[in-house]
Amino acid sequence: MSEIEGLYAIWLREFKVFQRERSRVISAIAQPIIWLFLLGGGIGASVDPDKITGSYQAFLFPGIVAMSTMFGTVFYGLYIVWDRKIDVLKEILVAPISRITVFFGKVLGGATDAMITAAIILVLGVALVGISPVGVLTGLGIALMLAVGMVSIGLTLGAFFESMEGFQVIVTFMIFPLFFLSAALYPLAGLDPAMAAAVRANPVTYAVDAMRGALIGQSYFPIALDLLVVGLFDVVMVLVGTWAFRRMKL
Amino acid sequence: MAETSPRTMPEGVAISLRGLTKTFGDLTAVDHIDLDVKRGEIFGLLGPNGAGKTTTISMLVTIRPISDGKALVNGFDVSKEPHKVRASCGIVFQEPSIDTTLTARENLELHARLYGVPKPVRRQRIEELLALVDLKDREDSLVKTFSGGMKRRLEIARGLLHHPPIIFLDEPTLGLDPQTRQYIWQYIERLRKEMGTTFVLTTHYMEEADRLCDRIGIIDHGKIVALGTPKELKDFLGGDTVVLQMANPPLDAFKALPFVSKVDVREGAVWLSVEKATANLPRIFQAAGAEEILSVEVRRPTLEDVFIRHTGRSIRQPEADAGEGWFGQVMQYTATSNR
Repeated sequence: MSEIEGLYAIWLREFKVFQRERSRVISAIAQPIIWLFLLGGGIGASVDPDKITGSYQAFLFPGIVAMSTMFGTVFYGLYIVWDRKIDVLKEILVAPISRITVFFGKVLGGATDAMITAAIILVLGVALVGISPVGVLTGLGIALMLAVGMVSIGLTLGAFFESMEGFQVIVTFMIFPLFFLSAALYPLAGLDPAMAAAVRANPVTYAVDAMRGALIGQSYFPIALDLLVVGLFDVVMVLVGTWAFRRMKL
Repeated sequence: MAETSPRTMPEGVAISLRGLTKTFGDLTAVDHIDLDVKRGEIFGLLGPNGAGKTTTISMLVTIRPISDGKALVNGFDVSKEPHKVRASCGIVFQEPSIDTTLTARENLELHARLYGVPKPVRRQRIEELLALVDLKDREDSLVKTFSGGMKRRLEIARGLLHHPPIIFLDEPTLGLDPQTRQYIWQYIERLRKEMGTTFVLTTHYMEEADRLCDRIGIIDHGKIVALGTPKELKDFLGGDTVVLQMANPPLDAFKALPFVSKVDVREGAVWLSVEKATANLPRIFQAAGAEEILSVEVRRPTLEDVFIRHTGRSIRQPEADAGEGWFGQVMQYTATSNR
């Protein structure tokens, strides 16, 4: 019972911090829109219209939702490093709740932040690229699945790093390949074999594909396969994350 | 609360240390400490910087693993049952660990939830503690707008919030004004009286240790070099000193008194080392006979004297050359405190 109360306490703290950092909320929403118009507009003009159905911007939109979710959540791990630096983490780690609860509280907190931004972007998508209200809901569900795995990666790395700079270097080094190899910006069909293999090995690809299926009805893999892969990815990352939190030192 | 009830230790012992040791590479920060702290006791750990006070507390609250020996807190082994130890303890850290992105009240609510303080009690206790540390009018302000002293007070309120059986206070009243310190001492004494709470505190303030602690352990180079009640420690120095200003002191008459251990003449006065000076003062006057006494001064040894005797230096002295880290933070506290 006190574990649940503790879980709620940690989530509530994360949520309040998120609410109070307006710049974080605004940039989380502004950035995807910039990508959609500047990248989507520029590249869209030179994309072969035979390779994709509909406009490039509509094609890009699910990838941008996934991008917003994965960047926001992985960098969320930075707050663990920061909390430890300013000694706030100590208060939580000496409390009589398990590290697993602390981890899940943080996952929930990070996922909530990501859900709020994803919801706003998806609703904007209704106006910008004509997504259906049902698409908004299923899109949110898929964003949540992606968020759980990505927050876990961020928290795992955060548990090991003592400096903000070290964390940032490693995360940047890791997240750009994950993003560029996810087929968020281009279609899966017609890639050369080496690239296609790398894209297929990337779990984020399946989240982007599911998102594309849910929002604009264009998925490359069966949705069930997409969800299975993302679900497995979540389970593995959560396990790794709880292990990292249990051995985390102050 | 069944989980926090004592076990495996003799009744009446809150903390039991046997050969407790902490090494960092070649450095032995805590060196085979044996100590029992009784239930309901206010125990003070006094020592210069780097003596091992904070390291000892860190091990007892399970933040740092112990290198050797055994430590039982509330009957639970810190190495084997850290979860139960944590449920038994309240901690006020030396470094600020208050969340500055939350308000004062939110910090207390967070803590109450983390420690499972039941909802009906929570509100009332938060009110009580906000009043105690004089932050009621700022309860809804973000802590980042607080001065160092205000953060410190909030931190103390937080440590007391869940009424744990054992509370560790690492330099609790550093940078606080005398009035707030008085309030906090009173609250500590009240908690001890009403709840039987055990307190372990470290402090640099000698008068705090003297006024508040039932027993004091002086720690130096990771070892406890002296242990006892403030009175025992002071008596160990050989009692009081009586300084008499007089023109023709009858030195032989003074030497003949059974309770006088030493007679000195310096700075134009007679210095007598005396047991129970106040009780024996009339007999000293009798021994002076017809000789006129111009002035009398009774000096009691202070804990500061005890400290110097055992560690070879003043407790405040090391602060002067400590550059950063601990001392830097202390200075920040003092500098940012507006009270």
